[in-house]
Amino acid sequence: MTGIQIFFLIVGLVILGSALMVVTTGNLIHAALWLIVTLFGVAVLFAILDASFLAVVQVVVYIGAIAILFIFAVMLTHKEMRDRGPQLSNIWWLNAIISLLTFGGLFWMLQSWNGYSKTATAFPSNYDAVGQLGKALISPDAFVLPFEVASVLLLAALVGAVYIAFNPRSGDSRK
Amino acid sequence: MNFWFDPVNFIAHWLTNLFVSWGAAGWLASSIIQLIGVVVFISLMMVLDIFLVWVERKVVARFQDRLGPNRVGPFGLIQPFADIIKLIIKEDITPDGADKVVYNLAPILSLMSVLLLWAIVPLAPVIFGVDLNVGALYIIAAGSIGTLSIIMAAWASNNKYALIGAFRQVAVLVSFEIPMIATMLIPTILAGSMGMNEIVNGQQPVWYFFLAPIAAIIFMIAAIAELGRSPFDLNEAESEIVAGFHIEYTGMKFGLFYAGELLHAFTFGGFWAILFLGGYHFFGLENLGPIVAVVILLAKAMFGYWVIMWIRYTVMRIRIDQMLAFNWKFLTPIAFVLLMLTALMNTLLRGTSSVVYIIGMLLTNIVLGWIIVEILRGLSRSEREKVEGVATTTATVHH
Repeated sequence: MTGIQIFFLIVGLVILGSALMVVTTGNLIHAALWLIVTLFGVAVLFAILDASFLAVVQVVVYIGAIAILFIFAVMLTHKEMRDRGPQLSNIWWLNAIISLLTFGGLFWMLQSWNGYSKTATAFPSNYDAVGQLGKALISPDAFVLPFEVASVLLLAALVGAVYIAFNPRSGDSRK
Repeated sequence: MNFWFDPVNFIAHWLTNLFVSWGAAGWLASSIIQLIGVVVFISLMMVLDIFLVWVERKVVARFQDRLGPNRVGPFGLIQPFADIIKLIIKEDITPDGADKVVYNLAPILSLMSVLLLWAIVPLAPVIFGVDLNVGALYIIAAGSIGTLSIIMAAWASNNKYALIGAFRQVAVLVSFEIPMIATMLIPTILAGSMGMNEIVNGQQPVWYFFLAPIAAIIFMIAAIAELGRSPFDLNEAESEIVAGFHIEYTGMKFGLFYAGELLHAFTFGGFWAILFLGGYHFFGLENLGPIVAVVILLAKAMFGYWVIMWIRYTVMRIRIDQMLAFNWKFLTPIAFVLLMLTALMNTLLRGTSSVVYIIGMLLTNIVLGWIIVEILRGLSRSEREKVEGVATTTATVHH
């Protein structure tokens, strides 16, 4: 077992353990903080795979924006910040079935996968992975359509947010 | 391998040989040496941090026409050590109802987010932690950990003022990240890489400050906002919310926040120097040796830090609505227009000679700056007319 495999196993355990804590801890803010640990673990996985761009974007977007917005939303919407509501929703059995089916499907799919013993080929020196990713995102042969669709979706969300925040009766946001 | 031209690798090589001769395996020796390198580097940064306390107090004293610390040691140089002793022997208080683990983790994360930034700082051509090819994004990522530490501190303190401070800080950070990213993309476009080493080397004939002066100014403003320093120090606004997110912290835990803030300001001075002021380049002086290059970079970082302090102690705190309007209605549009213009001009002028390129880039910035000033003048004129019109009507009614 190489050093990187041991490291991978440790990171994997941290991800799974913290993900478990997200759903079992009673305190909503603690759940969000455990979620950050999980997301950070995923960023470490990207870093192990030499995907430095994805690793950094994972931290910027998921920890810097989404997790912080979660915490923000919890802080703003809950009067008592240490409240402990019921942890199971009414349809927990449906969720359990869906997650079991997903796990079973993944397990079944990975049964027939034979890439476990393969080692990743190292990048040649001076390989510009970020540049390749950027070119792929705007190349018609690769991902320009999904990229543009995502941009339009985000723009629509932006316009929608402005529309909701804008109060037409006051006419001026300063009033 | 020569000590003068490659000191860090020289020492690392010598230590590796020493450890291997003691019977350590090669990989173990290299990991131990990397660990030693990190610890030594961080320790040097922390010692520099102690010195920064003195610099900050001396400079603020000068701005406010005072002398500053001058009793303990020559020029008051021993003063920071007295401060540290005071911080260490203070009572360590954890408030009732505080979330102990999160409360104690927050100051550590706060300082860590700053120290993380130094991993990608190219101190000299051969002295740098790692040449990350996504360096510009890495700065933002480390900053988001700093935001997290502030939220954690505020929430775990179980204090309303702390929470208000955190809310404000998050509003500032989330909004000022956008012009910051946009302006960091401009050196990226000019250098053709997000890596700090390539950005520094791309400024060999002329600094990016002269190719993109508006971007440099916007980056500085966004950096000050990210630091939470005046005029953007809404997160701790002493006169309104006492001290904001670190209100409940005592002793060295507060010391960690304080040290993190000072080092953060110095670090952003350093990044300003790296992105726009040529990093360790200074008229070929850096070729004398890496130690000279480190001195040049630290001097430029100190200059950036001085600019941050200059603004901090000259401009007063603005309200949160003014700050958000300033960001969303002023900085963000300019940053995006500038980004598109720079990308366009860079593509158009790429084939031309470097003189045409430099003049073209500078002219683009000057024209854009002139348009911005004209628009602002028109806006303020209409605003003034509105106010003056109201004033004259009330005056006539009064008469």
